[in-house]
Amino acid sequence: MSRLGATAVMAAAIFAVAAPFFLKPFGIFLISMWAVLTIAAIGLNLTLGYAGQVSLAQGAFVGIGAYTMALLMQAGYPFGLAFIAAGILCFAIGWILGYPALRVQHHYLAFVTLAFTTLVFLVLRNEEWLTNGIYGINGIARPAFLGWSTGRPLNFYFFSLATLAVLSAATWWMLRSPWGRAFVALRENPIRALSLGLDTRRYTLMAFAIGSSLGGLSGALYAPLVQFIDPGSFALGMSFNLLLMVIVGGSGYFFGPFVGALVAVLLPEWMRITQGYYLIVYAALVMVMMVFCPSGILGLIERILKMAFRNGKTATALHAEGLGPEIVP
Amino acid sequence: MASFIQLFASGLATGAIYALIAIGFTLLWQTSQTINFAQGEFVMLPAFFILAAMNAGAPFWLAALIGVALAIVILGLLFKIVIVDPMLRYGVLPLVISTIALSLFLKESAKDFYSSQAQPFPALVPATDIHVFGAVISTQSLAVLAVAVITVVALHVLLHNTRLGRAMQATAQNPTLALILGVPVRRMVLYTFLINAVLVAIASILISPIYLAKFTNGETLGMAAFTAAIIGGFNQVRGAIVGGIILGILDNLSAAYLSSQYRGAFPLLILIAIILLRPHGLLGRPEERTV
Repeated sequence: MSRLGATAVMAAAIFAVAAPFFLKPFGIFLISMWAVLTIAAIGLNLTLGYAGQVSLAQGAFVGIGAYTMALLMQAGYPFGLAFIAAGILCFAIGWILGYPALRVQHHYLAFVTLAFTTLVFLVLRNEEWLTNGIYGINGIARPAFLGWSTGRPLNFYFFSLATLAVLSAATWWMLRSPWGRAFVALRENPIRALSLGLDTRRYTLMAFAIGSSLGGLSGALYAPLVQFIDPGSFALGMSFNLLLMVIVGGSGYFFGPFVGALVAVLLPEWMRITQGYYLIVYAALVMVMMVFCPSGILGLIERILKMAFRNGKTATALHAEGLGPEIVP
Repeated sequence: MASFIQLFASGLATGAIYALIAIGFTLLWQTSQTINFAQGEFVMLPAFFILAAMNAGAPFWLAALIGVALAIVILGLLFKIVIVDPMLRYGVLPLVISTIALSLFLKESAKDFYSSQAQPFPALVPATDIHVFGAVISTQSLAVLAVAVITVVALHVLLHNTRLGRAMQATAQNPTLALILGVPVRRMVLYTFLINAVLVAIASILISPIYLAKFTNGETLGMAAFTAAIIGGFNQVRGAIVGGIILGILDNLSAAYLSSQYRGAFPLLILIAIILLRPHGLLGRPEERTV
């Protein structure tokens, strides 16, 4: 990673640790939400940005993870076990959902995953014996580790931030491994990847499954964060929102989801002055951005950096080692 | 049996509306590879144009004309020029994202600038019932069906029996060749957007008396249009018709005979099954992939 990039990441990390000490409880709640949703967005970025598979199901996986956590905690299982269960369950379901991706691409896949999200919503709403239907699940406890309770907002934020750090480090490592290269090959030219002897079948399923399991882990934190979940939270809106996070941040950039989630979480608060018109403004901004800079905020920054330093080498500040999308001529 | 006929007839009417929406959807895909995720909102919106015109004092027929005209300008022309044209060079996905944002934009606009409450919408014909073999069929269903059939026939004549229509088909099948043969491809693409706008406006007039005009209508309608288009075949107009009708009937029958709670689930399961087993749809042609 280039020095400029490393400095930016260090500064962001210090800011993320220091920020809550200057915030009111609601502000801490918001940045906790950011940390939690970023995990789901990283997963979607893996599926969409790196492996090139359009998924509108990430919100559903957050929902499955959240319900797994809530139900297992209610049944008296420890947090760690429920957390792992959420990840494994979503990995398995994501793997199965990946099968359509083997047969169909692009818009078809978008529709399959869209249908899946709606089906999950219907199951969560209708199977009242399990999920309590539209009334949702209330009073989800926050975990404690060796006497350190995350009941306080500040503690829960640091817990979420630590989880985010661990999971993103794991993703970073994976993306630089042969797997990560294989994912990019799937996006850039699946047929060529196949002819080079890559098992595209397995990698497509893997990209889906890992992306989904990150969605599930995010949901497993979402449940204790908001402490109340209902099926409506995980309907299509959530999936669209996560998709927009990845795109707005910069799909295929490692740090895209961090930026996108930050925008999606903070923008509504900053735009309180526009009152009810927030979503209209947000949607309009996304459309404008798609016209002028479809590669998202990080793509825009990269372009600006490129213009600032015309001497070649520094242009790849964000782009180090395959962490940004390959440049397609 | 009587209830079956009843369900079948009302399913046919809903299916005909789905078909109209799905036809527009596939037309856009065929000529410009636009996947319009806002198609449902496109159907939701003209009803509000019409209601606004009626609030301003216009009689229903005039308001309907104004609604169609506004739909052509806003959902046809402006959509093409402002949203689609600048995005086409980036490929399919950015446009998908953009239309998702557009659907949010239209939905929230209808809610904030008109009303978040469901609005009653005037029906085309007074609601009376006709008795056939002991089944009760509403005149509304019949009127819907009649309008939909006339629209589809008119579209068919336009596409197959006129020079313009054949030029549009040529554009859809092979734009490069069409251009070489002197077809004004860009204008033909624009025409399909205008036709789509007319179709969604008609669908809006037909469906709003049944569902009431509500800003959230687009969600279910959009999903129905995708599903219908995929069941029938994405690259065929008749596929969209067949898909729409199958979907409408199935939706009604499954809600009555299987489970009303999972009403929304059956079309989705069929959608997934079709995509897995026959991704080009019942009537569609497989699309080739290029390396």
